[in-house]
Parts: sequence; structure tokens; C-alpha cells
Amino acid sequence: MIATTEREALPGARASAQHGLEHASYGDGLFKALLTLGALTIPVLLAFLVYELWSGARLAIGRFGLDFITTSTWDPVAEQFGALPLIFGTLLSSLVALVIAVPLSLGVAIYLTEFAPKALRQPVSFLIGLLAAIPSVVYGLWGIFVLIPLLRTTVFPLLQDALGFLPFFQGPIYGPSMLAAGIILAIMVMPYVMSVSREVLLAVPNTQREAALALGATRWEAVITTVVPYARSGILGAVILGLGRALGETMAVTMVIGNRHEVAASLFAPGYTMAAAIANEFSEAVGDMHLSALAYVAFLLFVVTVLVNAGARLLIWRVARGSAAGGKAL
Amino acid sequence: MPEPALATAPVPITVVTPADAPARFRVETDELTAMYGDFTAVKQVSLGFTPNRVHALIGPSGCGKSTFLRTLNRMHELSEGGWITGRVLLDGADIYASRVNAMQLRRRIGMVFQRPTPFPTMSVYDNVAAGLRVQGRLSRAELDGLVERSLRQAALWDEVKDRLRGSAMALSGGQQQRLCLARTIAPSPEVVLLDEPTASLDPQGTQRIEELLFGLKREFTIIIVTHNLQQAARVSDTTTFFYLGSMVESGPTRQIFTAPREQQTEAYITGRFG
Amino acid sequence: MNRRTVRRALSNLMVGLMVGAVTVALLPLVVILIDLVVKGAGSLSLDFFTRTPAPAGESGGGVVHALVGTLLIVGTAALIGLPTGIAAGIYCAEFPGSRLTWVTRFVADVLNGTPSIVVGVFAWAWIVATQKHFSALAGSAALAILMIPMVLRTTEEMIKLVPNSLREAALALGYPRWRTSLGIVVRTTLPGIVTGSLLAVARIAGETAPLLFTALGSQYLSYGLDQPMAALPLTVFTYATGPYEEWHRYAWAAALVLILVVFVLSLGARLAIRRRFDFDA
Repeated sequence: MIATTEREALPGARASAQHGLEHASYGDGLFKALLTLGALTIPVLLAFLVYELWSGARLAIGRFGLDFITTSTWDPVAEQFGALPLIFGTLLSSLVALVIAVPLSLGVAIYLTEFAPKALRQPVSFLIGLLAAIPSVVYGLWGIFVLIPLLRTTVFPLLQDALGFLPFFQGPIYGPSMLAAGIILAIMVMPYVMSVSREVLLAVPNTQREAALALGATRWEAVITTVVPYARSGILGAVILGLGRALGETMAVTMVIGNRHEVAASLFAPGYTMAAAIANEFSEAVGDMHLSALAYVAFLLFVVTVLVNAGARLLIWRVARGSAAGGKAL
Repeated sequence: MPEPALATAPVPITVVTPADAPARFRVETDELTAMYGDFTAVKQVSLGFTPNRVHALIGPSGCGKSTFLRTLNRMHELSEGGWITGRVLLDGADIYASRVNAMQLRRRIGMVFQRPTPFPTMSVYDNVAAGLRVQGRLSRAELDGLVERSLRQAALWDEVKDRLRGSAMALSGGQQQRLCLARTIAPSPEVVLLDEPTASLDPQGTQRIEELLFGLKREFTIIIVTHNLQQAARVSDTTTFFYLGSMVESGPTRQIFTAPREQQTEAYITGRFG
Repeated sequence: MNRRTVRRALSNLMVGLMVGAVTVALLPLVVILIDLVVKGAGSLSLDFFTRTPAPAGESGGGVVHALVGTLLIVGTAALIGLPTGIAAGIYCAEFPGSRLTWVTRFVADVLNGTPSIVVGVFAWAWIVATQKHFSALAGSAALAILMIPMVLRTTEEMIKLVPNSLREAALALGYPRWRTSLGIVVRTTLPGIVTGSLLAVARIAGETAPLLFTALGSQYLSYGLDQPMAALPLTVFTYATGPYEEWHRYAWAAALVLILVVFVLSLGARLAIRRRFDFDA
């Protein structure tokens, strides 16, 4: 039998018995207030950000309106600004990046999800994740001193010999170019597209694969006919997410693209992107209109990336409804 | 096993007063209805629980017994959409009165849950002391004394006295549940609620917890929800049978199990449904 | 050759192609890391870590100004961003039904996808333009803004892993709500929150764009947050795009140091979370 000694009520307990059950807890109010403050900061910051971008751009918007998007002259001295080359360059470099990165990323994602030996999956996935951890400026550094010389001396001439009949591969080869930017962007974007695709593929129920295999399909056929179509909108979402990242990349791009306000058909020609222009010209902007034009560019870039990312998330959410994949985008 | 005290006179269906118990109820409900949003889980239950007894609540899954239990320490309102009408009285005072601080209330009515939930970042000692520390400052010596006393009452002292500073997660399931019990009784609540406390334990762990209840009821009023009929028969003084949210029958355990008044009760007890 | 063999061969071919894709994907990683070591390690010396830059074009000197600058700028950003992000994360996890939670999560997603250069422009407009000079503080503000949504998400995810039964046990014991959140829930999930924070710090440590016209960079060692300040990524950029051979070599060395810092922080963070914490009996 357990020996139990007389229990004295704790002093606190006695006091509460006297006062009944009433006592306020002030800690709760303060705690919630502090947390709310933290949470409120975020929408406030965004609102502030949009406001500042808008008011910074107002001067240029007032002067150029929507012509800003369609004209090409960029003359700080004459205060004439047209962002068409920037927009063109942003879109083209991102497109090139996706053309290179998407097949690669999908191939890796499908391999890791469906075919790779179990032991390889985590390590390879981890290594590819390391690519995402390399800072943009380091990519740019490598781009200038290693990638561009290689492209200029070997790859570009080869491409020109083989595909020179296409306008994309004509014209002089300098090194810094749209294609160089596209290649670097592809390397940078690939981990994201790969990782999200992988999550999406993992969310496909096993029954799909098993059904195909049971019908006598080869592993590859099972994947390509059942799993990939099932996950198709999620994969599209991953691609668009990659696009979103490519649109906003700054440092690596500005270090390899040549920084020329020009629309050209050739991929070997130097070009410019919205982010690169801001990076290069902002700190030494000539006058208020120049600054405002750059702010206008920033505003446009912001709007575009927000829309693209929102679209991406919607697509990813549809496939990976509720599962962890929906929220992850590295 | 001590004999449960029997009523000596015919008793109304809702109220049980064992002859040698104090006349007041420690906990009492008055037309208590508990809801989740629009769904009524407990319907107009009026029950009284005498002090220093073990009161069992039985019934099939979904009958509302756990919900009822959780209204007694105002945990029910923490669930999604949980609210009540009616009254719950602790020593005659309505615990749902607007001035009442639920947190303070829960220091007088403790609860042990179905799955053991020791605090993972705390040692065995700190777990037991947690309820004490949150209520105010005690000296080191006082804490030591109370921790030891609670662990002894939970029959855990001998097993952990040499590793009080060790992680609580290193204990076995049964030990963790006894730790949770020690943690709950350390601050000397008046009432201890047990929600299927042995459901996730093996038979040995179950038996040890059941043995404790006989000693504990000397100090606490114990209300235990269990789906294990044998357990209810073994440990409790009174038993109340719930079905589909209503309180069907309540009385001394002996009477409920040998001569239930209601047909439903008999059907459940004899296993015709469950 | 029958149809089955063809299909089988095709399957194997595709697998081969995919393995090729993996190789191509990993190739840049290997090449970049090797290049960094080969081209950068040679310039690492005591001088490199302790001296400020030599006059332009001359040899000698080092990047201590950038090391100190990164420490100060990132440190200040963390001081601002971590408490805010963690507080917001706790709020979203503890009050999931609140409208503010929904708004905050949505906005955090938007901010997460915003290019860092745009955040730099915002910090410029908010702080640099109003104060009429560049400052490290503006740079820290930009980095903090980048950091907050990351920290919010990881904190919220970690707290959501804590089973509700633990909260209930504390509340049933008479714990006030705030103490349950802090003393039990957050305390239990602290390793995860620390990991998320370290990862966020690692990410912003490598950011260049937001600093370009806020902290601006500098050739001098300075400790003043209201002045322009050097930072490691900025130094890499300036030296890489500069005209001097000497600078190019230092760019590689600085990039090597930068990547080591980022990797060590990231790997360290992931190792911290490897320690499993058991909630269940």
C-alpha cells in the first residue's frame, strides 16, 4: 500500500479557493499583441513596397505611359526611355533557360522518383539542392571567366556551323550573349523545377503505376502513360515556378549577358533584362527621370513575377492538394 | 478490493449518494448540453459526483462520454466549435460563469489523457514540477518534496528516483502515463479526470494504473471515462452509462453491473452492442 | 526483333538518357566547386582575411572590410528579420483561423517570389532616398525583408508538427495560453525553428542585388551602419567585373569564402534537424 502523507493545499491553491475562480491572465494579451505585431508587419511591408514602387515610377509612367513597353530608345541624357529590349531580353533569356532546363529537370525528377535505386535518391537530390544554394554572383563569376570563354571558343562556333541557317545562330560571336545568360539561368533554375516536379510526382498515387505495370507495360511506358499525365498540371506549375525565378535573376545575368539595350534575333548577340538594367544603372542614375524609369521597370518586373508565381502555385496546388508538396518551392 | 458503498434507499435515476459520503457533490452538472457547432454530443445531462470516490463513465464509441468529461474542466470549448448550455458546478460554483478564468479552473480540475503526453524537452523531475511551477514560486526543498510525494503516489518513485534529471521520453509507455498522472496530481487539484487512461497501455501498465486509483481517491475525486467494462467494474464506486449523448443510467457500480434498471444498459453490459 | 524487345530497349534507352540528364545536371556543380577551389584557394592567406584592399591594381591587401561588412549587415538583418519572422510564424500557427493569418501567409508567398532586386529598390526608396545617403542599415532592411517570409514559413511548419495533445496536456495543467505556446510548443520545436533561421541567414548572406544601391559597398573598413559598407558578395561582383587581373583573382578567393560560409550555415542547419525528437510514447 502506498504511504500517503497529508497533503497541504499549496498557498496558491488556497488563495484561489478564497477568491473563487477569478484571475485574469495578462500574459496572454501581451503575447498575442506581440505576435500580431509580427504578423502585421508583413502585409504592411508589402503594401508599403507597392506604394514606393508606384510612386517612384509615377514620373516615368506619367511621361511615357504604356509606350514604355513598346519603345526601344534608352537615352538617359535625352531623357528618353523605352523598356522593350529589357522586356524582350527578360522573356527570351527565361525562355532559353526553360528550353534547356525543363527537359533536364523532368528527366532527373522522373529518374529519381521512378527509377533510381533507393540509395541514390537522397544524395542526388541533396546535391542538386546544393546548386540552389550557390549565390547568384558566384554563378556570374564562373560565367564570366569559365563559361563564356568556353562558349566563345568552342560551343558557339559549333552551333553556328551546324545551325547557322537559323537567324538565332547568326551574327558575330562576342561571348557575353543572350544564350550565355540562358544557359546560366538554366543551371540556376533547374534545382527548383526538379524539386517541385519531384514532389508532384511523388504525390501521384501508386495505384496509377501499378495498374499500368499490371497490364504489361515497361517501367518507362508506365511512367509516361500514367504518372506524367496525372501530374501534368503540377509539372506545368513547376515549370512556371522556374519561369518566375528566371525572370527575377539579377547578378548572374548581368555578368554574362552583355548589358546592351538592344533587341536582336541572334542568341549570340548581347542583350539586357529588366533586373540587369536596374542592377547596373540604379546607383549611378542620371537624373530623376532616369531613376523613375528604372523604378517603372522594377514595378513591371514585380507585377509580372507576382502573376507568374501565383499562376504556378495554383497549378501545383491542384495536383498536390493538401500534401506537403503544395507549399514547397524551396 | 474495497466494496463500493451502496445506496440504502431507492434512488432517483440521476443522482447517487453513497451513504457514507458527504452530502455535497464535488462536481455537479445541471442540464448540461455540449455541442460542436450544430451537432449535439451531450444532451441535457444532470449528474452529481460525490467527493473521494471513483466515478466511471461508460458507453459505446461516440456516445458523448469523453465530450462530457471535457466540459468538466472546460477543455471542450478548446475544440473546434465547442460550446455548452447548462451549468457545471464545482463545489457549488458555476465554472462557466463569465468571471471565471478557465486557466485557474483547470488548476483545480486536472486531466490525464488517453495517450501519455510527457513534455518532451523536460526531465522527469521538471515534468512533475511543471504544474507546480506554473502556479507560483516554491522553494527548491518544497518542490523536491512535492515531486517525490507525487511520484510515490503514482507508484513511479522507485523506478525513476535515480534518473529524475533524465529525459521523460526515455520512460516506457506505462511509466510515461504514470508520470502524467504524477504531474497532474502534484498541484493538488480537487478533481482528477481520466480520459481512457489505460487505452494505449499493455495489461501490466493498465493494472498498475488501476491499482493506483484506490489510493488516490482518498485525496481526490476521480472521474474516469473507459470503454473497458471490466475496468469500470473493477475500479469504480459509481458508474454512469451514456448512449447517443444522453445519460441513460447512473448508480452504484455494483447495481449497474448486476441489476441495471434500463434495458439499454443491460444490453451494453452484456455485450449485445458496443 | 519482336515488339517486346523493342519496347524493352526503348525503356532502357530512356533510363540511360535520364541518367545522362542527372550527370549533366550535376556537372556544373562539380565544375564550379572545383574552379572555385583551384582558382581561389591560392589567394587565401592571412593577409587576405586581415587586411583591407590595396590601392587599385596593386597586389597585396585583403578583404577584411567585406568580411566584417557581411557580418554586420547580415547580423543586423537577422536581428530584425528573425524575431519578426518567428513571431509571425507562431501567430499563423497558433491562430490558424484568423483572417490576419490568411492574409499574412498569402503576402509572405508573394514576397517570397519577389525578385531581390525589387526589394532593393524598395529599401532604397524607403531609407536611402529619405536619408539622402547610402547605408548599411538600408541593406540590412532589404535583407530582412527577404528573410521574413522564409522564416515565417519554416517556423509555422515546425510548430504545426507539434501534436495538439501536447498543447492540451499543458492547458489541462493550468498553463496560460502564452506559456503553452512559448514554454511547451515553441520549446519543443526549437531545433526546427533554429534550422529554418540558419537556412534563411545562409540564403541572404549570398545576396548581392539588394545591396547594390543600399549598402553600396566600399573599399574601406567601417563599422557604421549609417554609412555605405562593403559585403562579401558585393566585393565578388566589383572585383569580377573590374579591370584588374589582381581583382579577378581576389574575386575567386572571395567567392570561395562566400560559398564556404553559405554551405557551412546550410549544412549545419540541416544537421541540427537530423536529431529526431519523439513526441509519442
